[in-house]
Amino acid sequence: MLEIPVIRWGQPYESMEKDKIVHFETGEAVATVNNANAGLIKMDMRKQGKARDILRQFSIDQLCSMAEKAADLYQNATLPLGNGTQSPAEFCRMQSATTGLPEHMCAGNMKKNAYVLRNMRHTLEALTRGLPLEILSKGYGMESRGVMVSYQAQTNVLGMVLPSNSPGVHTLWMPVIPLQIGLVLKPGPQEPWTPYRMYEAFAQAGVPREVFCVYPGGPECGAAVLETCNRAMIFGGIPTVERYHGNPRVQAHGPGFSKILFGDDMVDDWEKYIDLMAESVFANSGRSCISCSGIWASRHTEEIAEALAKRLGPVAPLPMSDPKAPLAAFTVPGAAKAVNAQIEELVKAPGVTEVSAKYRNGDRHVAHERYDFLRPTVVHCSSTEPAIANTEYMFPFVSVVKCEQKDMLSKIGGTLVASCLTKDESWSRQLLDATNIDRLNIGEVKTIQLHWMQPHEGNIIDFLFRARAFQNCQPPSH
Amino acid sequence: MSDTALAAKQAKAKELLDEHTRQTVRWHFSDETGCPFWLEKKREFKFDPLKEVNSFEDLKKFPNFEDEWLRGGPIRRWVPKGLADKPVYVFETGGTTGIPKSRMVIEDHWTDYENFSDTLPDEHFPRGSNWLMLGPSGPRRLRLAVEHLAQYRGGICFCVDLDPRWVVKLLKKGDISGVKAYADHVIDQAVTILSAGHDIKCAFATPKLLEALALKLMDKGSSIEESGIKGIFAGGTEFTPQWYRFCREELLGPNVYITPTYGNTLMGLACGKPFDPADNFKITYYAPQPRAVIETVEFNDYNQVVPYGSTGRVKLYTMTKELFVPGFMERDEGERELPHDKYPWDGISGTRPFHEFAATTTVGVY
Repeated sequence: MLEIPVIRWGQPYESMEKDKIVHFETGEAVATVNNANAGLIKMDMRKQGKARDILRQFSIDQLCSMAEKAADLYQNATLPLGNGTQSPAEFCRMQSATTGLPEHMCAGNMKKNAYVLRNMRHTLEALTRGLPLEILSKGYGMESRGVMVSYQAQTNVLGMVLPSNSPGVHTLWMPVIPLQIGLVLKPGPQEPWTPYRMYEAFAQAGVPREVFCVYPGGPECGAAVLETCNRAMIFGGIPTVERYHGNPRVQAHGPGFSKILFGDDMVDDWEKYIDLMAESVFANSGRSCISCSGIWASRHTEEIAEALAKRLGPVAPLPMSDPKAPLAAFTVPGAAKAVNAQIEELVKAPGVTEVSAKYRNGDRHVAHERYDFLRPTVVHCSSTEPAIANTEYMFPFVSVVKCEQKDMLSKIGGTLVASCLTKDESWSRQLLDATNIDRLNIGEVKTIQLHWMQPHEGNIIDFLFRARAFQNCQPPSH
Repeated sequence: MSDTALAAKQAKAKELLDEHTRQTVRWHFSDETGCPFWLEKKREFKFDPLKEVNSFEDLKKFPNFEDEWLRGGPIRRWVPKGLADKPVYVFETGGTTGIPKSRMVIEDHWTDYENFSDTLPDEHFPRGSNWLMLGPSGPRRLRLAVEHLAQYRGGICFCVDLDPRWVVKLLKKGDISGVKAYADHVIDQAVTILSAGHDIKCAFATPKLLEALALKLMDKGSSIEESGIKGIFAGGTEFTPQWYRFCREELLGPNVYITPTYGNTLMGLACGKPFDPADNFKITYYAPQPRAVIETVEFNDYNQVVPYGSTGRVKLYTMTKELFVPGFMERDEGERELPHDKYPWDGISGTRPFHEFAATTTVGVY
């Protein structure tokens, strides 16, 4: 049996408390994971300053080279894992087995992570807007335009309280090591695979192990990471996001409520964009915060919903190893049943029609003994009033909502990604000014098409560093 | 110890338990000595406790004790007539919202902690030394019980102010920084006491608070050992084998002794099997029989104990002159353990929140 230790500043630690992570279909143990305890994390974090000291012995450029090497190792090598080893194919199989994500989607996420690692220099250049990177190491420096700038790291380590259900989130922490900040990872209970594999890839690429901690464990471990790291990210639902709202030390990532918005100038051509819409809803089994959960337009909404339902409604689960497997499984007992019941209740509201049911040839909820699937669902809302008009679920689900263009920005609420199909300059200006939209696409861009050189839910440079004044000579007189 | 010698001890303990059961039932169900609650309840039973309870097993004839019976007054209905002239304490449990559960006590908390005192090694809990009580204050049994323990051992107990109900309220509304600030407030009190020259050598602490105190002392360049503390007892389901090991290996160091305990307001204090490296930090508790008994019972049949080594829910019995609890289903589960030389009756290990309640239980700072 594969046994995975706690990692304490690069040292493996065998705990008295171990959890078995199991195959979601069979219940068979895939690995034993050693669990940390909160006190142990708090004790370790007393030494977090050392991680940054060690990393500053390398230049950011050297660390970017190591990240490039790590990308290849992560994607292609058989790497040590606990008391065994893991090939890339085994990685995908194990990740799929414990998270319910089809293997080809696991491979897709792996490719995405490797891409970000491989393009670290470009990513940092983009995120820092061309800042000479030694300024981040040294703390200050003169830009080529003759301006003194200073950036101060706000933490020695970044804590990551990671989820189980979305392996795509790992791209967010890839730049941390090259930025000379240590990494403290609390993996999701079903997804230890990426943190451990990434740790091993970085280490084999030359990054000292002493700058990493990996702490599997219960919720108290996540709380300890958040308490002791001056900067941390956590992933969760709306309550998690609300709990940490306004806390400068914690970046909370939750549902995205990402949308496609049709401008009045282009909505009559909606048929041209049916692929764009379907893929935005459907990619990664609708599990991402960037997956489209709402399509808003002032007219043709019934036809759009009908066309999407015809496309997505018949989609049914396939085995996880099938390269065309379209749907991820729900592996938490009762979760799919509860979501299904909620949808059934919400579609009873006036003005709401479930359009996909007639194309599905079966129930939305496909129950198995140990897991479930929810099949794609398209609902039409004749106004923005029904609660289901602006919601998000962890499967391909979309509400097609009728709404006047002039009302859209005030009705869509917080939207992580808005892909706006318009050439209307006046409306484009309003979209650019809308502070409730995080990532804005104006043009034919799917919500799930991210350019990794762009910041995501805040720029990680701004999260980890503070721009401040620094002078080492008198300023010009005035 | 040989199996035969242990078996003999077990048989003797069982004999004592049966006799104690008969006496306790007689006391609580006699019109002259029983409390109004049980005398009233007796009328509902289809059996006569005075005639038909002759052994511990006969307690199964009673319905399970419902802790809801403890909510609200009049508290006097729990005072046995035989003790009616004694001064009465009331200890509460829960109560963050709504009416807390109350237990009336006369001297049980003294007796329980005196018995527990006899299990503490003097070299680690030196007699005559002063104590720190780092746990809940207010209408809680622990505060007075630990204070009595200190006094019983010839010392003086220093306490902190800690309102666990406020902490649970903060947790329920998700005020993480408020919880942290309150925990800091409590730890500051403890650090102040330890720095004030009171020659404190022993402590009770909850796992979370002990951890916070130790880390705070480290931040100040000191340690639990340097503060003078030699022996600590701590309790609750958070005292896990991993935490035990972490304490011994990292948090406290080899020169500070720590021992686990398990209990609640209804029963006395179950103490941990003495530390043995061979146990690999497994924590096994033994109830203070015959005053209290712990059984590990099947999840679907609370009158059936599980086989040794198997998992079941914790069932408590309390049989003192002050309180009779013929089987109360605790909110914990664990594994049934074999009798031990020092405690020749069943034990329980791996105590943790009962899996059906675990998701909804809010664990506070203590």
